[in-house]
Amino acid sequence: MANLTTDFLGISSPNPYWLASAPPTDKEYNVRRAFEAGWGGVVWKTLGSEGPPVVNVNGPRYGAIYGADRRLLGLNNIELITDRPLEVNLEEMARVKADYPDRALIASIMVPCEEEAWKAILPRVEETGADGIELNFGCPHGMSERGMGAAVGQVPEYIEMVTRWCKKYYDRPVIVKLTPNITDVRKPAAAAKNGGADAVSLINTINSITSVNLDTFSPEPSIDGKGSHGGYCGPAVKPIALSMVSEIARDPDTHGLPISGIGGVTTWRDAAEFISLGCGNVQVCTAAMTYGFKIIDELTAGLSEWMDEKGYSNVSEVVGRAVPNVTDWQYLNLNYIAKAKIDQDQCIKCGRCYAACEDTSHQAISMTPDRVFEVIDEECVACNLCVDVCPVEGCISMVPMDAGEVDPRTGTVVQKEYANWTTHPNNPMAKAAE
Amino acid sequence: MAQGQMAPGIVSGRLSSDELTSNFSDLHAPLAPHEAAVAADRCYFCYDAPCITACPTDIDIPLFIRQIQAGQPQAAGRTILEQNILGGMCARVCPTETLCEEACVREAAEGKPVEIGRLQRFATDDLMATGEHPFERAPVTGKTVAVIGAGPAGLACAHRLAMLGHDVVIHETKPKPGGLNEYGIAAYKSTNDFAQAEVDWLLKIGGIAIETGSVLGETISLQGLQENYDAVFLSIGLAGVNALRSQGAEKEGVRHAVDFISDVRQASDLAHLPVGRNVVVIGGGMTAVDAAVKSKLLGAEHVTIAYRRGRDAMGASRYEQDLAASHGVRIMTNVQPVAIHGNGAAAEIELEYTASQDGKLSGTGETIRVQADQVLKAIGQTLEGAPEGLTLDGNKIAVSGAGRTSISGVWAGGDCATGGEDLTVTAVAEGRDAAMDIHATLVS
Repeated sequence: MANLTTDFLGISSPNPYWLASAPPTDKEYNVRRAFEAGWGGVVWKTLGSEGPPVVNVNGPRYGAIYGADRRLLGLNNIELITDRPLEVNLEEMARVKADYPDRALIASIMVPCEEEAWKAILPRVEETGADGIELNFGCPHGMSERGMGAAVGQVPEYIEMVTRWCKKYYDRPVIVKLTPNITDVRKPAAAAKNGGADAVSLINTINSITSVNLDTFSPEPSIDGKGSHGGYCGPAVKPIALSMVSEIARDPDTHGLPISGIGGVTTWRDAAEFISLGCGNVQVCTAAMTYGFKIIDELTAGLSEWMDEKGYSNVSEVVGRAVPNVTDWQYLNLNYIAKAKIDQDQCIKCGRCYAACEDTSHQAISMTPDRVFEVIDEECVACNLCVDVCPVEGCISMVPMDAGEVDPRTGTVVQKEYANWTTHPNNPMAKAAE
Repeated sequence: MAQGQMAPGIVSGRLSSDELTSNFSDLHAPLAPHEAAVAADRCYFCYDAPCITACPTDIDIPLFIRQIQAGQPQAAGRTILEQNILGGMCARVCPTETLCEEACVREAAEGKPVEIGRLQRFATDDLMATGEHPFERAPVTGKTVAVIGAGPAGLACAHRLAMLGHDVVIHETKPKPGGLNEYGIAAYKSTNDFAQAEVDWLLKIGGIAIETGSVLGETISLQGLQENYDAVFLSIGLAGVNALRSQGAEKEGVRHAVDFISDVRQASDLAHLPVGRNVVVIGGGMTAVDAAVKSKLLGAEHVTIAYRRGRDAMGASRYEQDLAASHGVRIMTNVQPVAIHGNGAAAEIELEYTASQDGKLSGTGETIRVQADQVLKAIGQTLEGAPEGLTLDGNKIAVSGAGRTSISGVWAGGDCATGGEDLTVTAVAEGRDAAMDIHATLVS
């Protein structure tokens, strides 16, 4: 039985699943339910400065994108940081941590970009016994208009500055939560590292409008006929999050910086993927908000089972295993040549591969009057679109050609040796072979 | 007080009104919007989709399903009705399991096709609920066409001709239009008087007059029609029924299944409709299944379908056979009637086992007796009352091309004409296509 106990920045938790700072972690009641359900840790809903709490809208805070049968694929929110008094949150955090010493409890913080503000709140957070803090530099809506959240996260210099203050006034681990609403996530990550951050967590939510009401022409979610961009999350954002995580994991400037992975983690498989791309743990929100805390049973059992199958005994053995395989396009092997192959026994003759290839790709699939679809090797560039649109999993596969065979498309012999764009004759910048 | 299933003889009121109402409610409840969205999402939008090929009216099924997915069921309805003006009825009565849904690639893949029939009903119901007719007439041409018979073929032909600007008079023998949609087909497939509602809706196109009580060969003649109209379309169906050549076939309690079905369809109160305690239906087609299931739903205790060949040879699809079986109908195969016994009224039917040798069916000599106070004959309908001078092919009016008969200016379609299966949807296609051919002839 694999051991799911995770040590992230010296913070131990019985499994790598933390609840992200969000509505599920807004108060003691919810967090206790989460811990009772088996969650490894929580990042408490973001705290603001002492004083009158923020207010939220009194209409819809969420909008959604659905798949078939109303399966929620993406969620958008315009909720702000906690709208409860700081003191109440701190008291509750202290009580919960005392009762659940084996679980991770992280305080998320967002206060104005002034040293005094951070200096004021950090000791009070420390008193709660929280295991660490997460700096919310990511929220893309509302607070960013007041110079906080993503407004900080989009300026690497601010990230570095605030991180420094936190390391100065706080002794426990500091995690910097990054916004994806930037062009190159490596820059804010490097800034966090330079400021002394112990880790980064990403991604926060993505600027989004879920839909437009075509009767009222109001964006959704609509507040009295108007809408504001919200933060997008859920399964739909996972590919973006995976890419951003991988960029940080493989960049020489940030390689080795611990990462807490966030973005659409819905099943154990998503978690395993994030971990393999370098995350020491993962944070979950939308899946819990969609299905409730009980999903932790599948998340832990699934990860454990997969690790057993693969012979991994500890989560740390999986961390970063996929990172060496993430590379730049220019280093991909251009001598790797594959051809689509259709398994006629599995084919149900829907013709989607044909339509896709004929209309939008390389005219590399033939169709007979009795609906037999076959790949024309002379035309197939192995783009994979037919595989992607085929409704039958495993019906169409990409079969690599062996070295020595002649590619019927180009008439050239498949080479055994690896060769990439950097040395390709068509590349004006190609280095001469030495 | 209901008489109960075990009351002897052919009696009415075997079941309570509540039971009858429940029994004759929709066989398939209509899809709710969310159900329709989920069902529609299963469509793969196949290239050159096999379901379209399998549909006698060539409805663009993937397109209308995509329109449902995209939240526009009325646009989907229009896509259907452009090809098949009786798409609402066809959605209810088509044997989809042998047509579009059999061809659906998901049937091949997992034995669970996209529910095309129910989705079609969802779309057409939604459109028809608006009460508005979706098509407009072209400017009036001044040409007139006589359509003989207000069944599916006649209605489809008339609608298309009217849409193209011609004036149409439909001559119908029966008091109500609709043909088998009104007088045949299973009641539990066409609830709430849908057949008449559909005809009323169809007539909103304008330019169509219906004359009921108009009988070809009696009140009207083909020659007279040819003189008074620019074209004639014959859609007279199969008005005759095959005779049962068995000893005792004349006994009380023996009748044609189509008449029984018509009585059920026209009954104002099913509690007043008599049915036997022990019903035997002779035949193996959809009519046999309909009559058998209806008998059961009316409260008959034992209902048996007796068919002379094997199950695979039955005209009723496997789905229809299972429908009968699930209602408690017993299906006996490889038996043929030899005699109906009883003192004046039928009491028993004597069936002889059959065997097939070199494709030829013959009795084995071994017989079995089954209690039968009511015997319903569903052994096929025949052409009756076809005007003289028309070339026949077998027992149907011979047609070539889009319903052209041997007489110039006279077209025919539906069950009375050659070509295609005897289905509502086939009749619609033939009526529509003949209309296009008539139009091309009239305007050339």
